[in-house]
Amino acid sequence: MDASTETAAQSGALDATAPSPAVAGSNNARPASNAIVSNTNTAAAAVAAAAVEDDDTEGEGEDVAPRFEDWAGRWDHIDKLLVRRGPFAQPTFEPCVELRDFLLEQCRILVIGAGGLGCELLKDLALSGFRNIDVIDMDTIDISNLNRQFLFRQKDVGQSKALVAAEFVNRRVAGCKVTPHFCKIQDKPEDFYRQFQLVVCGLDSIPARRWINALLVSLVQYNDDKEIVPGTMIPMIDGGTEGNCVLRFLQFSVRLFVGLSFTALFCVAGLLYQGFKGQARVILPGMSSCFECSIDTFPPQTTFPLCTIASTPRIPAHCIEYAKIVLWPQAFPDRALDTDDPEHINWLYLEALKRANEYGIQGVTYRLTQGVVKNIIPAVASTNAVIAAACASEAFKLATGCSSQLNNYMQFNGQDSLYTFTFEYEQKPDCLVCSNIPLDFACSASEPLRALVERLSEQPFQFKAPGIRGLGKTFYMSAPPSLELSTRPNLDRTLAELGLQDGAFLQVADVAVPLPVQLKLQFRP
Amino acid sequence: MTSASMIVDRKTQRYDRQLRLWGDHGQAALESARVCLINGSATGTEILKNLVLPGIGSFTVIDSEKVSGADVGNNFFLDADSIGQSRARVVTELLQELNTDVSGNFVEEPLQSLLDNDVEFFRPFTLMIATQLSSKMLARVSEVCVKLGIPFLAVRSYGLIGYLRLQIGEHCVIESHPDSPMDDLRLDRPFPELLSYLQQIDFNTQDGFQHAHIPFLAILLKHLLEWKASHGGLPPKTSKDKDEFRAEIQRARRIKEDGSRAEEENHDEAITHATKAWHVSSIPSEISALFADSNVDNLTATSSPFWIMVRSLRDFVMAEGEGLLPLRGSIPDMAADSDRYIRLQHVYQERAKHDVAAFTAHVHRHLAELGLPLGTISDDDAKTFCRNAPFLRVIRARPISDELASATSKLTDTLNFHLEDPDSSVAFYVLLRAVDLFFEEHGRFPGAGDDQVEEDIAPLKQYVVGLLTDLGVSQHAIKEELIHEMCRFGAAELHNIASILGGLASQEAVKVITRQYIPFNNTFLFNGITSTSSTVEL
Ligand SMILES: [Zn+2]
Repeated sequence: MDASTETAAQSGALDATAPSPAVAGSNNARPASNAIVSNTNTAAAAVAAAAVEDDDTEGEGEDVAPRFEDWAGRWDHIDKLLVRRGPFAQPTFEPCVELRDFLLEQCRILVIGAGGLGCELLKDLALSGFRNIDVIDMDTIDISNLNRQFLFRQKDVGQSKALVAAEFVNRRVAGCKVTPHFCKIQDKPEDFYRQFQLVVCGLDSIPARRWINALLVSLVQYNDDKEIVPGTMIPMIDGGTEGNCVLRFLQFSVRLFVGLSFTALFCVAGLLYQGFKGQARVILPGMSSCFECSIDTFPPQTTFPLCTIASTPRIPAHCIEYAKIVLWPQAFPDRALDTDDPEHINWLYLEALKRANEYGIQGVTYRLTQGVVKNIIPAVASTNAVIAAACASEAFKLATGCSSQLNNYMQFNGQDSLYTFTFEYEQKPDCLVCSNIPLDFACSASEPLRALVERLSEQPFQFKAPGIRGLGKTFYMSAPPSLELSTRPNLDRTLAELGLQDGAFLQVADVAVPLPVQLKLQFRP
Repeated sequence: MTSASMIVDRKTQRYDRQLRLWGDHGQAALESARVCLINGSATGTEILKNLVLPGIGSFTVIDSEKVSGADVGNNFFLDADSIGQSRARVVTELLQELNTDVSGNFVEEPLQSLLDNDVEFFRPFTLMIATQLSSKMLARVSEVCVKLGIPFLAVRSYGLIGYLRLQIGEHCVIESHPDSPMDDLRLDRPFPELLSYLQQIDFNTQDGFQHAHIPFLAILLKHLLEWKASHGGLPPKTSKDKDEFRAEIQRARRIKEDGSRAEEENHDEAITHATKAWHVSSIPSEISALFADSNVDNLTATSSPFWIMVRSLRDFVMAEGEGLLPLRGSIPDMAADSDRYIRLQHVYQERAKHDVAAFTAHVHRHLAELGLPLGTISDDDAKTFCRNAPFLRVIRARPISDELASATSKLTDTLNFHLEDPDSSVAFYVLLRAVDLFFEEHGRFPGAGDDQVEEDIAPLKQYVVGLLTDLGVSQHAIKEELIHEMCRFGAAELHNIASILGGLASQEAVKVITRQYIPFNNTFLFNGITSTSSTVEL
């Protein structure tokens, strides 16, 4: 067991201390969309309020719910791990019943996403003894979710995933207090995230995971000795079912049947987007590799060049993209395409089919059209269950210290037989988010700012609408339109003309990251 | 908007995300499956949950227990009101509620009495799943499943440890969905239609667009044929040859007016994929091994369509195939104009059809010889079989009862190999069998009570040592800490481990039922302490 995980477990317990008074303030500052939330759950707010003793009780008007009385034997299973010492427990682990009380009464955990992984996570955490759970999701329920998102029924289609999921779990698991938030993660202030001891992500969106990762890394504070201030590091457990490719070379030991043992270099490359793959990982912000460290293992979405779609279509997807990008806007200039509307998909399907027939291309079907247009990733209940439970198990171990942890990345592949591959994903020395050093950015004095903006849209940045500042000036802003217009001329100016020299610092902001990224210009000779 | 409005039925919408994995025929197999679960434990209900959601035909829960307070603590398909009630009934009701397409049934008769008095009860099931059974009962259920020819999946959560075991007589997979299948392009052995396609391509065209849109396969084949002509019929062999081959393609780029080489994506692709030029078409070793299976030589009227097709495949290889499997007929997308790409695709598809026809003739000949109707194997079956010919797989996962009865040399060798590594998850295989021996003698699991953890360590160790000897691996020891940890677990069933196993077991159940994808063979051990696992054949 390495030092970093020990400290993590420790801080899990340490974080049981009172949240800062800012928490109450942030409750008041919550966006209007949360009005529904606060009255479904006064109890979670009560925990925070009770902990902050000198805090005024304005606003929420919470009545502190009496402690839920458990029936005999309820926690017999988890108690075996909590009240008994174990050889693989964290050094700080003190077996006692109070540990269970910490889980039940004080530990606050945030689940991001109430979809395939999120539904499983809520169930798993509630049955692991977590009682103060918040869940955040901006999505509503679609009929195609019902084959795996087991907290939803036909009658719930169209409603908020977070609300329906929370209600279901609270009803089924007595005493559990899941607080739903029907909004985007970016809508919540920093202080909202500070209230939690653990964050578990069950998201399919890379940008959202990138954002929350960067936020949690930014919350870590260091003292004068460059040590992490206890309580400022919130572990993030991330689950994903997209089967990304870890294209790094990994060193691990291979043992042959004859008993020989040798070390080999392996390239682990999975095909993307298969339904039987996933990964679970533990991220200790500031201590272990973060989500951003591995961002380039997530391949960018496949896109076809426009000239191929327009003039040399060869495969069904080319015809479907043509119908979507070219034909729809021509036919319905005033109507936005709604990919959830079967009529719209059907129109695209028929147009794509017509075009495919013209070129002799086979294989355009309604199902394929829908898949291409909506970028559908196959998904099944089983993979979600495996990945979510692996994450929840790590959350339970982190919060209680009752066992060693996953260090720090587990890949699962159930396509051919059953395999897991666990390894330590190392921190990227020049990670955009967690390295704490400005990233060297190669460029030349004679290139226009536009070239720089274009490179920011590629790996590893993938910034779609950057704002660039430096030397106390604003060089370019993608938004709002007025600022974009006034800074646009700079795009054609060279870096030299803008007064930028070798070694100059630029701050680049983008919706992908909650805080600006520091770049250090490195002029090519 | 459009008159030909297409109505997508509710079922297709509901199951859309999984139909993309196993298709309508896989779904049909699921919907006609009858699954039997022994024990409505947390592990059991998590497995069924993941089978009810995708829409299996029916399930039956066998459980004679009454719901305890601890059960409600770890099982999502029980609630506080159900304490004291029939566990079989409550879990069935709450599981059934997940999907109205599925029929749920329960039996409150003890497993023991069903096994003793009514083995026929199990016959109608497509798949048997048992959870939280210790070795002795496991062996009994295993025997019944062997007798009735029903696939059997045994699943167990024990503290932070998970165990999964599949028992299946013979499981033949045609659609194994390989991860990244190699293209079957035959550049080393071009068929006549491919050669005549090549002749129609004008490599000297003055039209820049035309030149930049010649399919790279044609470029590779042209250069390969030229290379072979000047190298005694041999393809590039050494890395120097291969560099030279790539350089030749580089020189084939058009020269622009300013004297520089044109940027032509098709030539880039040809250079990137140059290895396809010297790739030797061959039969995968797994398929050669299938050809040697005794089922292939001994066809009878009771042979399964699978084996009749494998025999026909071998006949094809020895005759029309000239040593190769039927051409698969698909090509990757590449930078090319529509017309020449689609014509090339057509060349491959036509050749594939031709091979399917030749293969089908062998199938029909065998069916006739065996006195079976030709409809036994449809044309679509034959086509699917040919398309998947390089990826066929047969799994035989031996009976659990045999494994528990005596240690074969193979089991000993496998354990020996894995126990060499003191951190291998395979140690838990030995430990799980040891706690069962403890249970048989003491009527309880080690560490059942809080005050029994320390005192049970030494006795459990005795069972471990004895077991290692019985298994023929006495030179290995199991770490003291692991023995202690097993006592600490005290047979706790943690929901998270139950849920991980629920996911894994249901996935394997889907593979078995749909006969798609390749199931594990035959033991999977999950170590939830470090989140690591091992898959071994025992
Ligand atoms: Zn990082």
